[in-house]
Amino acid sequence: MSERIFTAAIWAAALLVVGVFCFLLGDLVRQGAPHLSWRFLLTAPADAGRSGGISSIIISTLLILAVAMAVAVPSGLGAALWLAEYARGKRAARRVIRLSLDVLAGVPSIVFGLFGNAFFCIFLGLGFSILSGGLTLACMVLPILIRTSEAGLSAVTEEWRRGAAALGMTRAAALWHILLPAAAPAITAGLILGMGRAIAETAALLFTSGYVDRMPDSLYDSGRSLSVHVYDLSMNVAGGDVAAHASALVLVSLIVVLNGGALVLSDRWATRKITVS
Amino acid sequence: MTIPQNSHYPTYTLGSVASGPPCCDPITHIGVAGLSIAYGATTVLDDVTLDIYKGCVTALIGPSGCGKTSFLTALNRLTDLIPTAQVSGVIRFEGGDLLDPRTDLLGLRRRIGMIFQKPNPFPLSIRRNLELPLREHGVRQRELLDHKMETALRDVGLWNEVRGRLNSPALALSGGQQQRLCIARALALEPTVLLMDEPCSALDPISSSVVEELIQRLRGRYTVVIVTHNLAQARRVANYAAFFWMKERVGKLIEFGHSRSLFDAPNDPLTVAYLSGKAG
Repeated sequence: MSERIFTAAIWAAALLVVGVFCFLLGDLVRQGAPHLSWRFLLTAPADAGRSGGISSIIISTLLILAVAMAVAVPSGLGAALWLAEYARGKRAARRVIRLSLDVLAGVPSIVFGLFGNAFFCIFLGLGFSILSGGLTLACMVLPILIRTSEAGLSAVTEEWRRGAAALGMTRAAALWHILLPAAAPAITAGLILGMGRAIAETAALLFTSGYVDRMPDSLYDSGRSLSVHVYDLSMNVAGGDVAAHASALVLVSLIVVLNGGALVLSDRWATRKITVS
Repeated sequence: MTIPQNSHYPTYTLGSVASGPPCCDPITHIGVAGLSIAYGATTVLDDVTLDIYKGCVTALIGPSGCGKTSFLTALNRLTDLIPTAQVSGVIRFEGGDLLDPRTDLLGLRRRIGMIFQKPNPFPLSIRRNLELPLREHGVRQRELLDHKMETALRDVGLWNEVRGRLNSPALALSGGQQQRLCIARALALEPTVLLMDEPCSALDPISSSVVEELIQRLRGRYTVVIVTHNLAQARRVANYAAFFWMKERVGKLIEFGHSRSLFDAPNDPLTVAYLSGKAG
């Protein structure tokens, strides 16, 4: 009997979560889809976003995300490698770094925004720019990226490390040919989490990349991301609801496409390198 | 003895099984003097002096935790992977002290191969498992790689079993086949010494006897140092045997000699007690 109640409870919880997600998505599609068109995607916003499209917004979003990932992925992977492979003897240092990363991962994004504004915009003189926004997002994403990649690498069996070393292979060779491909699924999961957090970010970008909705000229130009656009349309622009829904739908689709792309790429790379079964 | 071809029975290309120990002249290949190993503040092995003879099988026996594996891993400097490990003493090998910090570790580990307790093939195809270390050591020509791979697989009696599926994953092989693949992988690098850390203890009895027979065939061509808890196995395969024991929580070498004399007429009372099952 208690077994049955337990099973039912588990099912109910799972269905509830899926249900909420489906409701959200359904609502978004219902309200946003009619407004979607190639014209909407390919023209610049007009009348504060009420009419026109979101071309400049999509470009800004992708540029901010590209800056964030270009900085966060190499440095995050490097830090994860150091923590998981090279700092094995430095227990105290590892513990302190892990703890600070966990704290950083939980810091509200508005705080990152304030930091980004003070450091990148003002101190480094980058102003409200795509570069400032991207770098701020990189800082925000790094803790997630490092911790998941490190966990993935640490989970790879010690036997392969020792085996490779005993065959006179360099640590770099073992990493490149065996350990990194074996940890690729975990690293990709971190990447997807990080990318999701970056692309969905609004608060931190308000302070750093600004909300000018024209097409950016360069990385030093201010640019409005999709999430900021959605926020602005629904909060500050009367009559912007339809465009807000359509933009939100584009944002969700973009996340799905990027995640799918990351999965496919890492899977291809890993299966080219290793053959598990 | 004739070995049936095309059967599941492994066919070897190494020399035939030697008629039994002792088989070889005592020419020192690795000279260990005053070797002590500590992890942090814990000494696990204290002041071991021991010669390992060329072309012979030397078995390290003794209860768990008496430093046998630590001794083995010091011989190819795998102890370097453990940050807290401190190794002191001298290990003479090929005209130098291999504990010298300037030792070329990659070259050393190519000449002193190691087989682990649990088979550890890489998550790669059978072919890539053999090729990857060879490539890392600069062997790049296709024909040479193929030749070395086939020779190594024949040496461990695996060629006939896997020739048709070299591109399938190594992890799909049985435990015994995986272990022989690991031995082949080490042999492909043409080492002179093979260190084996309980190579049969994770295998079923049949695979275990196949690997054991392989070890017999390695005698003469390679210097083999094997850690084993299986005394019967040590007696069967070894020319020399070293008995380790814990004294005051520190591993010590108690007795070393021809395996026949160590097993049949041990000198030390501890060895007598251990071999008769009264201690350990």
